[in-house]
Amino acid sequence: MTKINKESPWQDLTPGGTMYDAGNSLEFKTGDWRSVKPVYIEEKCKQCGLCFPVCPENAIPVNKEQKREDFNYDYCKGCGICANVCPFDAIEMKEE
Amino acid sequence: MSIRERLSGNEASAIAMKQINPDVVAAFPITPSTEIPQYFSTFVSNGVVDTEFVAVESEHSAMSACIGAEAAGGRAMTATSSNGLALMWEMIQIASSLRLPIVMPLVNRAISGPLNIHCDHSDAMAIRDSGWIMLFSENNQEAYDNLLMAHRIGEHKDVMLPVTICQDGFITSHSIENIELLEDDVARKFVGEYKPEHYLLNSKEPISVGPMDLQAYLFEHKYQEANAMRNAKNVILEISKEFEKLTGRSYSLFEQYKLEDAEVAIVCMNSTAGTTKVVVDELRNKGIKVGLLKIRVYRPFPAEEIAKALSNVKAIAVLDRADSLNACGGALFTDVTSGMFVNNVQIPTVNYIYGIGGRDTTSKDIEGVYSDLMEIAKTGKVDNPYRYFGLKS
Ligand code: SF4
Ligand code: SF4
Repeated sequence: MTKINKESPWQDLTPGGTMYDAGNSLEFKTGDWRSVKPVYIEEKCKQCGLCFPVCPENAIPVNKEQKREDFNYDYCKGCGICANVCPFDAIEMKEE
Repeated sequence: MSIRERLSGNEASAIAMKQINPDVVAAFPITPSTEIPQYFSTFVSNGVVDTEFVAVESEHSAMSACIGAEAAGGRAMTATSSNGLALMWEMIQIASSLRLPIVMPLVNRAISGPLNIHCDHSDAMAIRDSGWIMLFSENNQEAYDNLLMAHRIGEHKDVMLPVTICQDGFITSHSIENIELLEDDVARKFVGEYKPEHYLLNSKEPISVGPMDLQAYLFEHKYQEANAMRNAKNVILEISKEFEKLTGRSYSLFEQYKLEDAEVAIVCMNSTAGTTKVVVDELRNKGIKVGLLKIRVYRPFPAEEIAKALSNVKAIAVLDRADSLNACGGALFTDVTSGMFVNNVQIPTVNYIYGIGGRDTTSKDIEGVYSDLMEIAKTGKVDNPYRYFGLKS
């Protein structure tokens, strides 16, 4: 399949825009939608595990020890849900 | 050997669906849908089809389920009417833009309000610019035949668009007429198997359907859809030829009934064409040269071919069974006249809105139209192009 980009002519586009590939939302970085940004305050974090399941963008990476790491700002769109659920004030929303 | 039967338009459509044996039928089982899913569900219960029947909670869901099933790689069908179609409207656009060749019988009934459930074409006209192929049927035989051709047309690789098969509510859908059916295996062989190139349930090629399509892409995708609609004209003619070889029943983009040497002509769709044919025969017996152009393929609209077919008459009446409420004329009228204009065919043409909400259309009404046309042909003058018949005034 030809690589489709913003300059592709109509002849190269697939019918209905179907992508002959899966998992490609990884290529769509939603980070630039953000107007406020969550900041991770590691010393306050108790690793309670409440924040990462609620993130709609999967932008809170979790390591092999089931511990959260710092935000992935490529995809975090700044919705603030994580900050809202954190019981220990370990996430602070700041203007970009 | 074909089978002689007597069936209503709804029964004929359900039998066509039985012979097609689709993978999925998703339908809303009560009004405003039609009897078609009801008859079809008995085929499912009796085990004569392999179809998964999904009794959904609304028409919006019916079309949504069809979209999912078709994208998965199956053949999906539903059937609806009037306000049921109105509730589907959002998903109607998704089906065509995702290029999913779903097939749907549409029994034409009025879009309320005030509340009315009887025949007119206001439902079909509300989706006329939605990227669906639309075939109209004069009677139960045509509804059946068109339905057997529908998948072949929609699934063609140059088309990939959904198809709706229209017939007049009650007048065709509930009247029992003679019909010639194909045997199940012959029909099934003609329809063939659906083998989509890309589909969601193909584990060897994972795909994503219905992505974001912003400023850089939607225009090109719409152009592809428009092209598919242009391609559909030839595909419809090809499939119709093949169908004719099998059944002896000939179909084209439209039917010309005694139009060749006609001085004046009526253009109309669905069951009114049957009434008009009777009047044409009566007037011809009196030596009055009248003709009929009955539209079968409304989308794609065969503008150039229609203009050419009408180019030798002296006056034309286009009959619209829905008022576009635009202060200039019905949808079929504006389509026909714009087709004539761009193809340099300048003939006095009038529009009649008629039959709204199931108002009876009699042979006397049609005679009245022909007599108006003879007058226009004589004088060459049209004082009011946007008229009504059957209206109490
Ligand atoms: S702000 Fe929203 S998107 Fe960003 S990490 Fe928190 S929950 Fe996820
Ligand atoms: S909710 Fe707060 S405390 Fe719990 S893991 Fe997330 S950041 Fe840490």
